[in-house]
Amino acid sequence: MSGVNPGRAWRLPAEVDTDQLAPGATMKHGLEVTARHCLEALRPEFAREVRHGDVIVAGADFGIGSSREQAASVLVHLGVAAVIAPSFAGLYFRNAFNVGLLLLICPQAQRIEDGELIAVDARGARVQRSDGSVLACEPIPGFLLDLVEAGGLLPQLKRCLTTSKESP
Amino acid sequence: MAPTTLAQKLIARAAGRSHVTPGEVLTCRVDLAMFHDSSGPRRLQPMLAELGAQIWDKDKVVLVIDHYVPEADEESRRVVHIARDWAAEHRLPHVYDSMGICHVVLPQQGHLKPGMFCVGGDSHSPTGGAFGAYMFGIGATEMLGVVVTGEIWLRVPETIFMHWSGALAEGVSAKDMMLAMLGRHGMNGGRYQAVEFCGDAVAALSMAERMTLCNMSAELGAQVGLVAPDDTTRDWLARHGAPGVETGPWHSDVGAPGIRHHFDASTLAPQVALPHSPAQVCGVDALEPTRIDIAYIGACTGAKLDDLRAAARVLAGRRIAGHVQLLVAPASMRDAAEAETEGVMRQLLDAGATLLPSACGACAGYGSRIPEGSTVISSTARNFKGRMGAATARVYLGSPYTVAASALRGVIDDAREFLA
Repeated sequence: MSGVNPGRAWRLPAEVDTDQLAPGATMKHGLEVTARHCLEALRPEFAREVRHGDVIVAGADFGIGSSREQAASVLVHLGVAAVIAPSFAGLYFRNAFNVGLLLLICPQAQRIEDGELIAVDARGARVQRSDGSVLACEPIPGFLLDLVEAGGLLPQLKRCLTTSKESP
Repeated sequence: MAPTTLAQKLIARAAGRSHVTPGEVLTCRVDLAMFHDSSGPRRLQPMLAELGAQIWDKDKVVLVIDHYVPEADEESRRVVHIARDWAAEHRLPHVYDSMGICHVVLPQQGHLKPGMFCVGGDSHSPTGGAFGAYMFGIGATEMLGVVVTGEIWLRVPETIFMHWSGALAEGVSAKDMMLAMLGRHGMNGGRYQAVEFCGDAVAALSMAERMTLCNMSAELGAQVGLVAPDDTTRDWLARHGAPGVETGPWHSDVGAPGIRHHFDASTLAPQVALPHSPAQVCGVDALEPTRIDIAYIGACTGAKLDDLRAAARVLAGRRIAGHVQLLVAPASMRDAAEAETEGVMRQLLDAGATLLPSACGACAGYGSRIPEGSTVISSTARNFKGRMGAATARVYLGSPYTVAASALRGVIDDAREFLA
């Protein structure tokens, strides 16, 4: 797992919904404001204390609710490197990769403790804990890994359109 | 040829294939892309500009301005202005401004037909499945991809058949059926697969009631919720600008693969979801006495014409409890107008209802909000903590019948005694 920088784990319960990640009343003000209120009902200190490279480790069905992709892009904005959970809402799953947020489906995610330093290996589909043990994740299809590595659909489309314009 | 599900047939058509298999990932051509003022122009405009790209087919794009209207403040005005200016600049042919909520306006304007493959920039987009269209919600960035390319990828889902036998009792509705399914299967029980509602009790439902079921497929975590189109579908569409549709091929074959769950409509009692999850459900008769401050009839889920009629049947000739505010936000202008013509609106107002604009309202707390600390019974789809704009509010979900009966009693109550 060399070359993978460890991040601090933020433990969250099951069924974290989109309205907690991106509260509706903040939506008209744009992502900066929404980000300040991200998860305020669950972890009021989160938006203030989260650091670049931190990882969210949640219970089942993360991201249930709305189609608002700000529920994913707000985490990118705050520097979250990945979300690890036993399962995700399908619509959230699509949105996350489209805005460049890595999600890993990890059945044993609940073993990870709050504040623990963990290393996430997306291509290897695994998470290394601070004691060196490794938790297996479901492999992510290659086209989704490409998408998240490109930074999301917008930069990927941009590259595609530029390439097609340049080709004869 | 092997028996096939409705979902498979719809996807195969959109992918230009004779047959598709659950689990395979493929690309589909999109027949229609719908979005609203919140998910649409204000997000798409800067991204399209950054790409220097054009809309792939304006005739296949529908914009509905429903989330931030009527504009309550400067920020709302800004969002709505962007939508209006963008629509004018691009000369979009299909724009519905302040006419009601997108999931209801779209079929009422004749845009949906059986067999179509559609996406919507809103999680309740599976509502379109009530018309035998494969329609699902996507985020704004993915919508950008559709608007530029006219295509989208998907993983062919399995089908989960929710089979409802028997007939619903008086005062029990599609909302109760959905809450019962949520209580049994939970908020991700649909696992982003296709849910198909079927059986005698589903076939007997009106289009508005089928829309309620498919709408809340989102709460089940399904990608789509489908009802096979039939004469009810054809008749409704003929009255809403889409005459002569073909329903022939759009059904699941006998013996089509899938998971089957069985429910009995005849024994179903009105259901209520407790704060703060649509899946925390109990029968209204099992609920402890719960005093309410606000009874809310609104949203694409719970304020269509049939929902207003249901509430009026309970409220007609009666007055709501003195301490209760009954708020009614009809799902569309058309629904409100028809309710007016039928005398339904008069019955609601005479009972003490306050009429709100036909828009998304307080459902998602975007524009208006419910007060902090209030206890609410609502015909909407979601009661997440803070969802309706107040973190300390306690929101219960029920059918329009249940909301109306609760407004009369001042506590959450069973409508059936008012209908006897």
